[in-house]
Amino acid sequence: MRLEYFEMIDRVTRLDRDGRRIEATSTVPLESPVFEGHFPGHPLVPGVLLTETMAQASGYLVLGLMDFTHMPFLMGVDKARFRTFVGPGTVLGVAAQLEHEGSGYAVTKARITAEGKPVCDAELRFRIMPFPAGMDELMRAQGRRIGLLTGAA
Amino acid sequence: MSSTFETVAGIISETADIPREQITPESHAIEDLGIDSLAFLDIAFAIDKAFGIKLPLEQWTQEVNEGKAPAEEYFVLKNLVAHIDALIAAKAAS
Repeated sequence: MRLEYFEMIDRVTRLDRDGRRIEATSTVPLESPVFEGHFPGHPLVPGVLLTETMAQASGYLVLGLMDFTHMPFLMGVDKARFRTFVGPGTVLGVAAQLEHEGSGYAVTKARITAEGKPVCDAELRFRIMPFPAGMDELMRAQGRRIGLLTGAA
Repeated sequence: MSSTFETVAGIISETADIPREQITPESHAIEDLGIDSLAFLDIAFAIDKAFGIKLPLEQWTQEVNEGKAPAEEYFVLKNLVAHIDALIAAKAAS
């Protein structure tokens, strides 16, 4: 988790094309300016960043399944639930499942766990659009960096 | 009016927070009901789920943008419902 760059996923460990599912890992940094304000003396990962983590895992799932032909943009979050606190240094497991692939949009269900216990889950909706100019190569490079292009099953 | 229309009107009312009585078969989803493109994707998801179909929104949008079909063809509700009924029938026949 590179909070300074808003890169929430460290590594894709599995992309299951048939099961339309992705699994990834993300480790919360020990220190970050985020923790100075959230909260002073009691550092916790904000729920909005956990939501972003689920969204990025879902986005990589859609990118992988669509072979980087289109870009998913987050358009909706439903039924988000935050079940426990996440502090610095926590190792997170992130999973997302494609629930529905519509025309021009996709819907996933995503979940974060820590040591096998549920942290949060949500239903996420994405608008699927052509890549803005030049963005596809950058996203492919990012996919390679986190193992998306090598973790496919 | 058909049960398809009633289902679609209910979905639009709930998803876009529009009073049900404002939604008629003659309503234009964009011009009369003020539904924007993102909200329409939410509605499409609910319609897809309700009827087990996949609305070809990208194809429809392309046809409208290229002038091959008027927007009314897909976004006036009675026409939208007719397309949904056709998709349901095609699915049943396949």
